[in-house]
Amino acid sequence: MGNDFFILMKPELSLMLIIFILLFLKIWDGIKEVSTLLMIANVLLLANFVAGFFLNKEGVLFSGMYHTTSLIALEKNVLAFGTLLISMMAWDWLKKHEHLLEFYILILSTLLGMNFMISSGNFMMLYLGLELSTIPLAALCNFDLDKLKSSEAALKMIMSSAFASCILLFGISLLYGTTGSLAFSEMPAHLDGGMLQLLAFIFVFVGFAFKLSIVPFHFWTADVYEGSPVAVTSYLSVISKGAIVFVFVTTLLNLFGTLGTIWYHMLVISIVMTITVGNLFAMRQENLKRFLAFSSITQVGYILLGLTNGGSAGSAASIYFLIIYIFSNLAAFGIIGMVSVQTGKENMSDFNGFYKKNPLLGWVLALAMFSLAGIPPTAGFFGKMFLVTAGAVKGNYLLITFAALNMVVSLYYYLRVVKAIFVNPNESPMEAIKGSWSVKIALGICMLGVIATGFYSGIYDYIVSILS
Amino acid sequence: MNAIGLPQILVVSTALFFIGVYGFLTRRNMISMLMSIELILNSVNINFIAFNKYLFPGKLDGLFFTVIIITIAASEAAVAIAIIINLYRKYKSIDVEDANSMRF
Repeated sequence: MGNDFFILMKPELSLMLIIFILLFLKIWDGIKEVSTLLMIANVLLLANFVAGFFLNKEGVLFSGMYHTTSLIALEKNVLAFGTLLISMMAWDWLKKHEHLLEFYILILSTLLGMNFMISSGNFMMLYLGLELSTIPLAALCNFDLDKLKSSEAALKMIMSSAFASCILLFGISLLYGTTGSLAFSEMPAHLDGGMLQLLAFIFVFVGFAFKLSIVPFHFWTADVYEGSPVAVTSYLSVISKGAIVFVFVTTLLNLFGTLGTIWYHMLVISIVMTITVGNLFAMRQENLKRFLAFSSITQVGYILLGLTNGGSAGSAASIYFLIIYIFSNLAAFGIIGMVSVQTGKENMSDFNGFYKKNPLLGWVLALAMFSLAGIPPTAGFFGKMFLVTAGAVKGNYLLITFAALNMVVSLYYYLRVVKAIFVNPNESPMEAIKGSWSVKIALGICMLGVIATGFYSGIYDYIVSILS
Repeated sequence: MNAIGLPQILVVSTALFFIGVYGFLTRRNMISMLMSIELILNSVNINFIAFNKYLFPGKLDGLFFTVIIITIAASEAAVAIAIIINLYRKYKSIDVEDANSMRF
């Protein structure tokens, strides 16, 4: 304890500090200029992200409740970075919104919950973090208070996430009954694969599957993504999903490592269903947010494919893929957000002939789609390649072939967007979209990430070096 | 007469859990769905308390977890009801079947 406490809990403490600063700004009500407030919030987020690089120590706090390693520090940095990008992209939308500071307070509360969740060394902490990261998110879904769809999305979000955490909790209670402990360090020794433990594991798996929108439990995803404001949708699909993937990876590999053969088969079935259903539904979507919802369901299927590896190669590949996914998905959402704020259009047919008046944005969106589809010069290709190679270690070539063929199928709907931008004729194409400088910077960073991570192998090497 | 043991309590809690799941999936009233979620949470609470009392009397993990679940259930209900009220202002109904502006 002592000084260590402040160093180990630095990401959480700095987030709490930012939340309090913003709360005081809200109560004080002294700054009337909206862009000043936005500037303050963004600078604070940037400071939070930069601070994540310094003074990282490994250690345990609160008798094993909270632990941090260099891998966890990296994951927290990734989430903080994604939140910063989203906040920069939301600039134009928030400028018109009267509850600007509440948006930041809620979104940072969820980020705080995710940080606690990733660092948790105990199921109690995990549950607390999970709830802290989902309850404010439901309020965020309802952030366009006057829009009907937004309220409906929030209802679906809170109901399905509450139900999911109920199922997760029931599983945890059975695990507690059979192992006599809630700590991640003590539990694996008592896991012997008895019937009740298997049942408990299935409940925990289903609880996570709901949050990750793995296929039999994906019904809420598309509606919530479509109804929420674009900034919240991008947060849901990238940051919230990423945090749960991080936790899911450590839970499966470290905690339930002894039940490996059982969850391997569960994962295989989920992968086949997730990829197929995600692909089939993504093909027929007209709304771009809904389309990206199904695309994100498919991407989760590929992440699970990497996890079937059951070792550190799988988690390295999935974390690397998530970083790339953040760049490419946020670029797509950034442009959809710009268009949505200025024109209110979100459909694919509205993008017909988008290239005529917005050549640069058209290219950015096309590159994001290429990266999501996994076409070689972009980073998405390497992300998927590592995932598939990690999954191939188990020798289930039928599954690998199936996943690879589905990647070809997914080209159809990603290229549909590209076709709409460049090829489809349109008499009255969309007017030139004007975004503020912060959106442009964020899009530039995303594009740099999409291209640079494809050529520069440093990030992947770093993740592997941490894990081994 | 035999004293009530762990199996009896587990039967009650499991029954409560599935009643909650059934209610959540069949009820069309938003408030009833929320109540079903509370039922499930309470079944989890019963589980934790029973395991703690019968199997691990020396530990406190289960009791702490129960307190935390009760607290979080309250906050979850608060947010859910706020959302339901907001939805009611637009639809003039709290039937989930009416909240169907988004379809496949």
